[in-house]
Amino acid sequence: MRDVAVIGVGMQKWGEIWTKSLREIFVESALLAMDDAGIDKLEAMYVGSMSPGLFAAQEHIGSLLADYLGQAPIPATRVESACASGGLAFRMACMDVASGMHDIVLAGGVEKMTDISGGEATFALSTASDMKWEGTCGVTFPGLYAMMAVAHMEKFGTTREQLAQVAVKNHANGSLNARAQFPTKITAEQVINSVKVADPLNILDCSPITDGAAAVIVVPADMVKNFQQPGVKVTGTGHATDTIALHDRDDLTVIDSARLAGEQAYKMAGKTPQDIDLCEVHDCFTIAEIMVTEALGFCELGGGGPAVAAGHTALGGKIPVNTSGGLKSKGHPVGATGVGQVIEVVEQLRGQSGQRQVKDAKVGMTQNMGGSGGSSVVHILEVM
Amino acid sequence: MPSARSWRAYPQTYRLEASRCSGCQKTFFPPRQVCNACSGREFETFRMGYGGTVVTHTVIRTPGDQFQGEAPFAVGIIAMDDGPKMTTQIVDVPLEEIRIGMKVKLEFRRMYAEGHDGVIEYGHKAVPLRE
Ligand SMILES: [Zn+2]
Repeated sequence: MRDVAVIGVGMQKWGEIWTKSLREIFVESALLAMDDAGIDKLEAMYVGSMSPGLFAAQEHIGSLLADYLGQAPIPATRVESACASGGLAFRMACMDVASGMHDIVLAGGVEKMTDISGGEATFALSTASDMKWEGTCGVTFPGLYAMMAVAHMEKFGTTREQLAQVAVKNHANGSLNARAQFPTKITAEQVINSVKVADPLNILDCSPITDGAAAVIVVPADMVKNFQQPGVKVTGTGHATDTIALHDRDDLTVIDSARLAGEQAYKMAGKTPQDIDLCEVHDCFTIAEIMVTEALGFCELGGGGPAVAAGHTALGGKIPVNTSGGLKSKGHPVGATGVGQVIEVVEQLRGQSGQRQVKDAKVGMTQNMGGSGGSSVVHILEVM
Repeated sequence: MPSARSWRAYPQTYRLEASRCSGCQKTFFPPRQVCNACSGREFETFRMGYGGTVVTHTVIRTPGDQFQGEAPFAVGIIAMDDGPKMTTQIVDVPLEEIRIGMKVKLEFRRMYAEGHDGVIEYGHKAVPLRE
């Protein structure tokens, strides 16, 4: 297999974008990525999108977006793995280039979530759970993560305050990110006193509903000298699945798909958790970040709560997590989220992250997750 | 008319029909075609008992559209005495009294209205087991 690198990134500010359609927000971000790389022709593209059918009444978006990007008849593939669709689209693009099939491939993601009501969006998201055996009893996604939180608190003594600290940290990071949906600092008291959603999770423990798109350009690593931006090499990739019904798992306090995908990526890159300078993780809910930092080995099992409370995962800490603001502050347009994570890491490794720049960042990691952990995609990226 | 989607699950929904792998004895609810522990494809069907234990729980305060008006309500994962785990509502108990380790039994209750015709679906909910 060939080594692969990212040489272009593009995303606009995420949020409620009422004036633009799904295809418009995607094309804007794709063009930014192509301009960043200095290209106007692609050989193939992969687009992560969880449910354009339910959110925007449009399927078949691989072809639609290739056409509106002026790239038809190139092969264009929509990739779906719930909220991990974007990370998986990036992995598919890397595998395509690594295989030698194509040289210049776009990996993108898009979700247009605010054209329908909050209740309809909740339903669309819930289809990432086992609809027959979880959905029919009224459990929501916040409810599934709340049940993981209750089990984690019981087993490890994780506290309500520690959960809040994840949101406080990520909003502090997001306040330094012009593209974040909610670039506002919040306090632990605000999180703990915010509207209850599914005990112990409140509204400020949950990532928002977001419109957004993101795109990156992937090429063979030996071609990076042909482009204007410094290349960032993709040295590790991992992808693992698990039962999509939370109740079918033996241990509710570990997200095994994240652990296994992480192990694959570490092995491929020849790295350990101690080698990682920053990591973007899938903080769809505050408890998710705590459990994923454990699964990826940044602390021991049960150590995720104390780690965030001690500032180890903050900017300037031992392992800065979610320097972009994470899903919590930057927003969570589900299909685009995994690609947005890659963009944050690429910009950090290029040294282009301004006030939230991690000093001397050489190795970065992303972890994108579907459903309650039924899928995880992990990547390790390095400066060249 | 009930939908095909709901009636074809009647054996599980109404009779708690589960299966036990003939190779390794692992139990499944609902029944599966392939055992995820030993890859076995032979199973015997059995009717699950009603008893179980709460392994985790939450209170849903912001529900999806189908459950508007019913919140707050409790949901939990129940480890059934016969092996499988399942997600159910936990009812007939004050929300703040639900604990991990609490013994429950399943009872047959109204679940929600299915589809545009509003056919009422029934299923199992957990209630505390009183000594
Ligand atoms: Zn078996």
